[in-house]
Amino acid sequence: MENGASLLPVIAIVPFLGALVPGLMIRAGRNACAMFTALPTILALVMLGVLTPRVMDGEVLTAQIEWLPQLGLSASFFLDGLGLLFAGMILGVGLLITLYARFYLSGDDPMGVFYTYLLLFQGAMLGIVLSDNILLLLVFWELTSLSSFLLIGYWRHLPEGRQGARMALAVTAGGGLAMIGGLLILGNVAGSYNLTDILSQGDAIRASDWYLPALILILLGAFTKSAQFPFHFWLPHAMAAPTPVSAYLHSATMVKAGVFLMARLWPVLAGTEAWFYIVATTGLVTMILGALIALFKDDLKALLAFSTVSHLGLLTMLLGFGTKMAAVAAIFHVINHLTFKASLFMVAGIVDHETHTRDIKRLGGLRHLMPVTFVIGTVAALSMAGIPLFNGFLSKEMMLEEASHTYWWGNPWLVPALATLGALLSVAYSLRFIVHVFLGPVRDDYPHKPHDPPFGMYAAPALLVVLVVAIGLAPFLAEPLVKVAAGAVTGGGLPDFHLKIWHGVTPALWMSVAAVAGGAVLLGLHALLDRAWLATPRPEAKTIFDWVIDRSAGGSRWITERSHDGAISRYLAIFVAATLALGYVAWSGGGMAAPGRAPLPISPVAAIGWVLLVVATLAVVVMHRRRFLTLVVISIIGLMVSAGFVYLSAPDLALTQISVETVTIMLLLLALHFLPKETPRESVPAVRLRDAAIAIGAGGGVGLLAHAFLRRDFSTISDFHLANSYTGGGGTNVVNVILVDFRGYDTFGEIIVLGIAGLTIFALMEALLSGQAARRLRNWDFSQDRSRDRHPLMMVVATRVMMPIAGVVGIFIFLRGHNEPGGGFVAGLIVSIALLMQYMASGFAWTQSRQRVEYHSMIGWGVVVAGLTGVGAWLAGRPFLTGAFGYVHIWPFEEFELATALLFDLGVFLTVLGAVMLMLYSLSRIARYAGESVNPEAMDYDPSRKVAQDEGGEG
Amino acid sequence: MEALVASAVAILTAGGVYLILRLRAFPVIVGLALLSYAVNVFLFATGRLAVNAPPILQKYGDPAYTDPLPQALVLTAIVISFGMTAVLVMIALGAYLETGDDSINMQGDEAQDRGSDKGDDAEGRE
Repeated sequence: MENGASLLPVIAIVPFLGALVPGLMIRAGRNACAMFTALPTILALVMLGVLTPRVMDGEVLTAQIEWLPQLGLSASFFLDGLGLLFAGMILGVGLLITLYARFYLSGDDPMGVFYTYLLLFQGAMLGIVLSDNILLLLVFWELTSLSSFLLIGYWRHLPEGRQGARMALAVTAGGGLAMIGGLLILGNVAGSYNLTDILSQGDAIRASDWYLPALILILLGAFTKSAQFPFHFWLPHAMAAPTPVSAYLHSATMVKAGVFLMARLWPVLAGTEAWFYIVATTGLVTMILGALIALFKDDLKALLAFSTVSHLGLLTMLLGFGTKMAAVAAIFHVINHLTFKASLFMVAGIVDHETHTRDIKRLGGLRHLMPVTFVIGTVAALSMAGIPLFNGFLSKEMMLEEASHTYWWGNPWLVPALATLGALLSVAYSLRFIVHVFLGPVRDDYPHKPHDPPFGMYAAPALLVVLVVAIGLAPFLAEPLVKVAAGAVTGGGLPDFHLKIWHGVTPALWMSVAAVAGGAVLLGLHALLDRAWLATPRPEAKTIFDWVIDRSAGGSRWITERSHDGAISRYLAIFVAATLALGYVAWSGGGMAAPGRAPLPISPVAAIGWVLLVVATLAVVVMHRRRFLTLVVISIIGLMVSAGFVYLSAPDLALTQISVETVTIMLLLLALHFLPKETPRESVPAVRLRDAAIAIGAGGGVGLLAHAFLRRDFSTISDFHLANSYTGGGGTNVVNVILVDFRGYDTFGEIIVLGIAGLTIFALMEALLSGQAARRLRNWDFSQDRSRDRHPLMMVVATRVMMPIAGVVGIFIFLRGHNEPGGGFVAGLIVSIALLMQYMASGFAWTQSRQRVEYHSMIGWGVVVAGLTGVGAWLAGRPFLTGAFGYVHIWPFEEFELATALLFDLGVFLTVLGAVMLMLYSLSRIARYAGESVNPEAMDYDPSRKVAQDEGGEG
Repeated sequence: MEALVASAVAILTAGGVYLILRLRAFPVIVGLALLSYAVNVFLFATGRLAVNAPPILQKYGDPAYTDPLPQALVLTAIVISFGMTAVLVMIALGAYLETGDDSINMQGDEAQDRGSDKGDDAEGRE
């Protein structure tokens, strides 16, 4: 990356950074706010200026920063002639708009917010024109839709603003979605997402089968953004935005993004029949339709909006022609349209600001009251009409020249005639802008007495109008820029041309003359035509749009309500049945190898275990309405599964399963205490039959699948673990080494999940005990017979004796874990069972008052210890969670091993213990809330106290 | 032996699926517990079955070891499924204590409440 090119990402990022400032600076006053908005723009302009000479020499500057190389996404930027032209326009007009908006916005409008949105938009737009990576371009493309949404809806108290913003977002973002598809196809065909690579692959892309889908999808994005028919309707509704926004986004920059994209991809996509007929035709239709509607609009901004639609159509049509000179004309017209249309919008804003109306029928005669505005507006409008000596004339002549020798389906006169018609209508509405607003007699019924605005407000349009005249009189001034930009569009090889006013008597000149004359006549007949226009029924785009939106929303709602009716059992049934069907489809595809693994013999013990498990499962299903019994039987299943693990060489799993089993049953018993003890019979036999069929299908499918893979050999990555467990992880229990070392990161995540589950339960319980449930619990009816001896002597003594033993077993299991079956998970569960037994034997209150450690902090410490162990590896310069171990010899012990994995396992142990205890503690708190009697003593009938009492009695 | 394990998984799955299709919270929780057994055994079995070959490295001899990786995965799965069961139990308990009903499906009026909650989007038609 060269020095100069490294400025490109900076240019792209500056507006975003700058966007942070106006919101703060508004406290320092409106001038300071505007100034600090201008600052990043000026900064970016200066940087662009530094790069300009090199681009004008034909250099293409690139800067690349890798972002997600796996996805082909990189933050790469490049600057060529086209990018330079657009970046200059965006920043230059942005600066003028900042100035104009300072005077346009009233004191009540939150100016800081406005400028923040404006800079966000500016950054997004710059991103589009500078991106070298099309994925990055897409991100910026969507950002312009979003920031445009914010800006259109800036006056959020106006319903038109809100609706216009929503419509603009729906249309442009919808098109953007289509464009994502198109650009992804393009990138796939080209084999790269970098524009510079794609642009060099034009022939391959045009020859690809995917050319047409990609073209249509990309054009959908471009047409929606650039308001081409039939997506033109959003632009006039976007005019509800403040006028600076209309001038900036909806005439000068954002709506040209679609044109920019078409120009950018011109070397790749243009030149085919499909391109010509789709793009040129759409452009032609849009040009005429927009101009026609503009002629009959009474709202100044609506007139300008439809005229913008028309001119965007013109640009699209020129690009659609697919010839190099047409592309030159398009580029030149982009510049010209920017100058006259932005100034016209600002003039419209000034008129609105001064007279408090934009209705042409209420205006007229303003030339006497607002002479400066009149001059600016007239010059700009004449340029829009295409009158000689103004720049609009030059590019319109070039357009007519190109149209005059374009054949449409073999027809030589259709395109020229329609282009002339478009120009004619354009003349008519431009003249109407001048005649009906500024000429005519001064009226005495303006809503507000108008006069020229302060200099700051007309400075920006005045400057643009100077450009209009300068380019109009001396077109060679713009020639170098047009050449370098057009060269970038067409990929070089431009014919030699010069921009000039007089081309001699050409067909284009006659077409132009006809357009001006016809336009003037049309304006003369305007009153007559206007009545006819108003009497003609026309489809109203907004009504259709609202209808479509309503219907889509209604349809979505209908689908949602039909498919999500709140019946979880139905969702589950559909889910299981669908999974089963998909499994069947996958299986029926064939391709299953023959079984190659010899089956293991069935030992009698295994057969007995299997019978027990099957009977228990069937019993659970049959007796599931009697809930206590279900719990008793389900523990048989757990036991059999654990035994199976032992038999099938998985001692660690067996240990874990059996301790989890114990905890789970306790948990369910505690919960069942507050739930109904019986399940009522609710489903009809048909439903039960259906469910049984689904269940048998699912079970059969899973069983067959399991049997299928059990009988086939496979390749495993476990040989690595077996080979490296001792040498690399320092342990002989491979399962434990995998948990705490090879896959330590997974385990770290899993203990966090477990900790979160514990905390979730605690939080749920807290919420529960402060709501409706608390009242219900207080009035709990313990109608069930209850044991009188709830804390029996035998159990209390037994659990007390067991406690230290269980603790030692836990420590033992924990310490041996690395080399023999055991480890943090199992040890945590065993210790929690030992503690739980105290709760069961002596009751909640008694145990709780002897508990010193908070379970929350135990979870926290567990995660912290495990995390710190991992971080410790950094100190040794190794990646996170790299294990280390060594052997030490301290007399009188045998040599033993110290491993960081042990520390990690300690974290696992603490988290498991804390989480399990917190869960059960939460449940048992409910019991206390329900008014269960509190026992201060360890057991209900304490013989030693009885003895003491007896002795006391005797004494 | 393979047939035994596969059929055990099949029966556990069938029982679990049947129970999760019931209408009350408790059988659904029990059904999920059965499904957890089934899934854990299923995953464990992907390492294929072996008798007397625990993945504990031996110093002497040339012993066979079964695949340790599925075991490590299933070990954490067992603990996590306990956590999941606990959260579910708590949610079911909370729902029952709040409403006095342990149905898992929305009742008629609840479902209707949700249907009429169409959001106040009348603005689009102002």
